Amino acid sequence: MSATTDLTEPAASAAEPAAAADVARRRVDLGRFRELSLIPAVLVLMLIGFIVSPAFLTADNLIGVLQQSTELSLLVLATALILICGRMDLSLESTIGVAPVIAVWLVLPSSGGRFTGLGLFPDWMAVPLCLLVGAAIGAFNGFLILKLRLNGFIVTLGALTMLRGLQIALSEGQSIVELPSSFTYLGKASWLGVPAAIWICVVLFAAGGSALAWLRHGRALYAIGGNAEAARTAGIRVDRIVWAVLVLGGLLAAFAGILYSGHYGSISATQGSGWIFQVFAATVIGGVSLNGGKGSVFGALTGVLTLQLVVNVMTLAGVPPLWNQFLNGAIIIVALIVSRFASGEKQE
Amino acid sequence: MADTATAPATGPGHPAPVAEATGISKRFGATVALRDARISIAAGESHALVGRNGAGKSTLVSILTGLQQPDTGSLRFSGAPAPAFGDIDAWRSRVACVYQRSTIIGELTVAENLFLNRQSAAAVQPIRWKQLRLRAEELLSEYGVAVDPAARARDLTVEQRQFVEIARALSFGARFIILDEPTAKLDARGIGRLFDKLGDLQRQGVAFLFISHHLQEVYDLCTTVTVYRDAAHILTAPVAELGHHQLVEAMTGESASSGTVLVSRPPAARTGAEELLAIDGLTLSGACRELSLSVRSGEVVGLAGATASGNVRVGEAVAGLHRAEGGRISVGGRVVRTGSVPSALAAGVGLVPEERHLQGLVNNRSVAENATLTVTDQLGPFGTVLPARTRTFARRMIRDLDIKTPSATTPVSALSGGNQQKVVVARAMATDPHVLVAIRPTNGVDVKSKEFLLGRIRQVADDGKAALIVSDELDDLRVCDRVVVMFHGRVVAEFDHGWKDEHVVAAMEGVGTTAAYTASGTDKHGR
Repeated sequence: MSATTDLTEPAASAAEPAAAADVARRRVDLGRFRELSLIPAVLVLMLIGFIVSPAFLTADNLIGVLQQSTELSLLVLATALILICGRMDLSLESTIGVAPVIAVWLVLPSSGGRFTGLGLFPDWMAVPLCLLVGAAIGAFNGFLILKLRLNGFIVTLGALTMLRGLQIALSEGQSIVELPSSFTYLGKASWLGVPAAIWICVVLFAAGGSALAWLRHGRALYAIGGNAEAARTAGIRVDRIVWAVLVLGGLLAAFAGILYSGHYGSISATQGSGWIFQVFAATVIGGVSLNGGKGSVFGALTGVLTLQLVVNVMTLAGVPPLWNQFLNGAIIIVALIVSRFASGEKQE
Repeated sequence: MADTATAPATGPGHPAPVAEATGISKRFGATVALRDARISIAAGESHALVGRNGAGKSTLVSILTGLQQPDTGSLRFSGAPAPAFGDIDAWRSRVACVYQRSTIIGELTVAENLFLNRQSAAAVQPIRWKQLRLRAEELLSEYGVAVDPAARARDLTVEQRQFVEIARALSFGARFIILDEPTAKLDARGIGRLFDKLGDLQRQGVAFLFISHHLQEVYDLCTTVTVYRDAAHILTAPVAELGHHQLVEAMTGESASSGTVLVSRPPAARTGAEELLAIDGLTLSGACRELSLSVRSGEVVGLAGATASGNVRVGEAVAGLHRAEGGRISVGGRVVRTGSVPSALAAGVGLVPEERHLQGLVNNRSVAENATLTVTDQLGPFGTVLPARTRTFARRMIRDLDIKTPSATTPVSALSGGNQQKVVVARAMATDPHVLVAIRPTNGVDVKSKEFLLGRIRQVADDGKAALIVSDELDDLRVCDRVVVMFHGRVVAEFDHGWKDEHVVAAMEGVGTTAAYTASGTDKHGR
């Protein structure tokens, strides 16, 4: 890139470092391949899909698969970031449901509709409010985990149950169908013939991947997940960054909630329920370590695509939907075994 | 170089010392870690800091590097007062430190480790990886470190990692570096290369504070030595003017040689006694090589050695915690499958582990449960554990070992350190072992419990069994009939009853056994 101008001199001065750099480049490439270990699996799935049904390799079907992956993939992005810095947030799957409900509850009028809200804010505030609620949930989790030093797994497990309960209480267990149009726009709209949600996901993944690859604070996540003590001695403000990541995770989950509600035109009472298993599975088969410090958001994305493609191919092949859950679980275990031996690294 | 070192560092005509600490005191709760301690390191000097465990070295390091604040005392770098507490960057530009524990992150590349948290000029500016690699290359070649900056750090050898840490520490601009036991994990050849490197750096004007348990290294590398003992400064002198004996004496103190002799028993006629523990050509990766040792019935043998000597690993291997690469361990004539704790237990090995909190006790469970953990099969039929029998068993052990506890059901975490250790020993003896392996059995234990525990271990042997005490504490070794000293994975000396402190300490520190020292080094590389 353009960075070499002031450093050409030392590089040119010795032939040996250049040779070393050559070796280096090869090794970096290998490292990159490790993150792409699921690409062959995705290609094989597409080949099977192509053989199984002519309907598979059509724009409609593929866009449909991507559209269905968007909400899950945003949670996976959040989980990947949180896992890389060595933490866990299970409550994401409830945030995706409760954040839209709270936002809509604050916005919808208190009379006239089937669902009675408070009508405190104008309609256009629904989206910002929803994001705000997501961020607040992340901040709350961060407070409990980092300030009070509670166990993150149990804290977010508690938050998962509590937020799900809050959603049911607020929505009285009903789906909310009268959503402000500003709220459903992103989930429904199509830009250049492709759903807006897909564009947004692509942009967010690109942004997340770039931040992890090229920004100091992004690299800090790897350092924190790899060895928090060493990160601290290097001057990284560990707690502050972890907190920021948890807030970002909540924000992404809330955004996934907006896309999901928009896509289906309603907020169902069970929105996101049980997703966290899929999310973790996709993230881990995508190469992110549960112990932190390892993996990339791109790898995690291939994990989501693998899981979604399996379901799609099964459906097209006429496998009864009742077998979906079984096959989903099986594919997670198979993918783990494959990536264990492809990378040659123990997963512990 | 010797001139600058021997000259009084604070003399008026000389430049201010790179680091000077005076009147430093630090307490942690009830324990005094440092008492009015001082140290002064002149520019370009290689200064050694030695002292036995608990002398206050580590505390001094964390105060000098700004990780902890002293309760009293003042700290100056090159004549200027120390930076504010918490200003990490300012501290790092004055003092570099290679800590005992590695601060390298294995998943990241060497280049990134070198420039962690300063990969780019500003937080929002993207990292230029190519440039970062070139900067790393430049930094590494400046210090003559032949490491590929794009390699993943966890693929490096311990030695390379250490060099990377040194290069990183110095890259902040400090001309003073603290090395906290840098040789502990290195083999002899690695140590040689490290010393060459340090010599080079010293010629460039970098000053060192070198902390080591191996006195020979102090003589090889340093010009001045400071001795700490019991949290206080004892002496500072040029290395050349201080003989081995004086140095060891300063470390152990005069009182050590006249310490309480717990047992003065004529050595039993043990040559005829049955051999209960036989270690034959034992090789453990990274710990020892071709080690042989035998302990007979009625005998207590001490296996002495400093931190990295491998003695603890040998002790643990006897108890089945480590798989051997080669060699045999047999207990009472029965060959033990190495690496299998059940096999060792069945053969009759009892273990008092090194870290009672990590390996010894289940902290929130009762004294009774902890003490009977190894003998649950004797406490009831068909795999049941009958509370009544557990209580009876535990009561017997509490009486037997004089454990001071309100009751058998008290959580073990509520006991004092000495009594906790007694519970661990009780557990080891519950199986009535043929061979009792005790690793640092009096670690963190008060004087009275110490005497009692050692007496109890002695008694095991007197009852016709055998005991192996693995320790670097002279008081532990004093009850032994025989002390075998290990250094860098080798047996370098053996002492019969009536040994002198200096001799054992000198052997543990690798002084005066240069022949054995180098021999072990070359052997290691013969693999």
